[in-house]
Amino acid sequence: MSEKIETLTDATFDENVKGSDVPVLVDFWAEWCGPCKMITPVLEEIAEEQAGKVRIAKLNIDDNLDVTRRFDVMSIPTLILFKDGEPAARLIGAKPKAALLEEISAYL
Amino acid sequence: MTERTERTGRPERRKVVVIGSGPAGLTAALYSARAQLEPLVYEGEPSSTSDQPGGQLMLTTDVENYPGFVDGIMGPELMGVMRAQAQRFDAEIRTQRVSRIDVSPWPFHVFVGDPDGDEPTALADTLIIATGARSLMLGVPNEERLLGYGVSTCATCDGFFFRDQHIAVVGGGDSAMEEALFLARFGSKVTVIHRRDELRASKIMQDRARENPKIEFKWNSTVTDVCGDTKVSGLRLQDTVTGEESELDATGLFVAIGHEPNSSLLKGQIELEDNGYVKTFDGTTRTSVDGVFACGDVQDHYYRQAVTSAGSGCMAAIDAERWLEMAKGE
Repeated sequence: MSEKIETLTDATFDENVKGSDVPVLVDFWAEWCGPCKMITPVLEEIAEEQAGKVRIAKLNIDDNLDVTRRFDVMSIPTLILFKDGEPAARLIGAKPKAALLEEISAYL
Repeated sequence: MTERTERTGRPERRKVVVIGSGPAGLTAALYSARAQLEPLVYEGEPSSTSDQPGGQLMLTTDVENYPGFVDGIMGPELMGVMRAQAQRFDAEIRTQRVSRIDVSPWPFHVFVGDPDGDEPTALADTLIIATGARSLMLGVPNEERLLGYGVSTCATCDGFFFRDQHIAVVGGGDSAMEEALFLARFGSKVTVIHRRDELRASKIMQDRARENPKIEFKWNSTVTDVCGDTKVSGLRLQDTVTGEESELDATGLFVAIGHEPNSSLLKGQIELEDNGYVKTFDGTTRTSVDGVFACGDVQDHYYRQAVTSAGSGCMAAIDAERWLEMAKGE
């Protein structure tokens, strides 16, 4: 996985997301989810191209149920864009790059 | 090759363009690559429905009936190795979606991106259509609003979130039994809702579902609405015989009621059956347009298996190869 994409856990979520100067796009995913794997390269590209404007992070729902439940994630992949520590946009399901960018661009 | 193509480098001309990347598309790519036809494959774009690279198998778990895998293989893994095998022979695969085709001129015009663009993205000497089929949704009120909040298009993705909950599966075929069995690993109870009083599923899948203590059947019933404000809290059912209404306290809804072909790209371009599937001729993959071939579920509503799709993908590649040889000879 690209080093441009951070990894979050239940333990590190708050300090990394609440205290971030730039919006953080968190990808809720799991090993057994086919569509989740499809969007990883897309997220790597966005992380590269939008560096400094948005941080991209992954959270494995299998290992991190607290955060997963806190944000009522019931379908993966779910992407939540956190701005000033609060959820600003929520995207459910795998989507092409152009559609992802369109939905988050207003918040960057 | 036209002068214009050489001058601008765009649109590029290809001997074979494959649209779709399920078992049919990737087998067509494999065979035409090995025949040194340098196929270009438009595999589609990420999605959480079957309309994604790899197709319907990307949303399944164990595939137990694809020959060659004694212990079965996971759907996404099977598609991964098929893709790698096509690439090994230099099939070029692009993660893009075709937005329009025009088969009235030859070479055929293939557009990616703006469907109203002046210039096609690629010119195809032969076109292999392998766009597959997708699952039908119920089309009832609130189904779409609650998608991702209890309504799911992907049991393998979302079953996890319904641990110890009551899950409803709608349908009576093999796909419905497969989903019910998979979801029974997570849920406290799985109710299969079927509009008739007998199943269409194969005997082996029926037996497995009936023997599973967590699976119950709600016969002669259809779902008329999905209830819930922020997430699914229940379903409204109607008895197909008596018309009586009832509620089911399920918090998860998975739909497996059948498929429709991904043929909207083809409307007005090649001949379709009344049900939207591509019409092929004489037991081949030939379509109503000379040089356009169709394989896999977009032209098959009867067998619909990974192995029959792959088989017809092979046929399409051979049909295209022979067509190109004949065209050259003329």
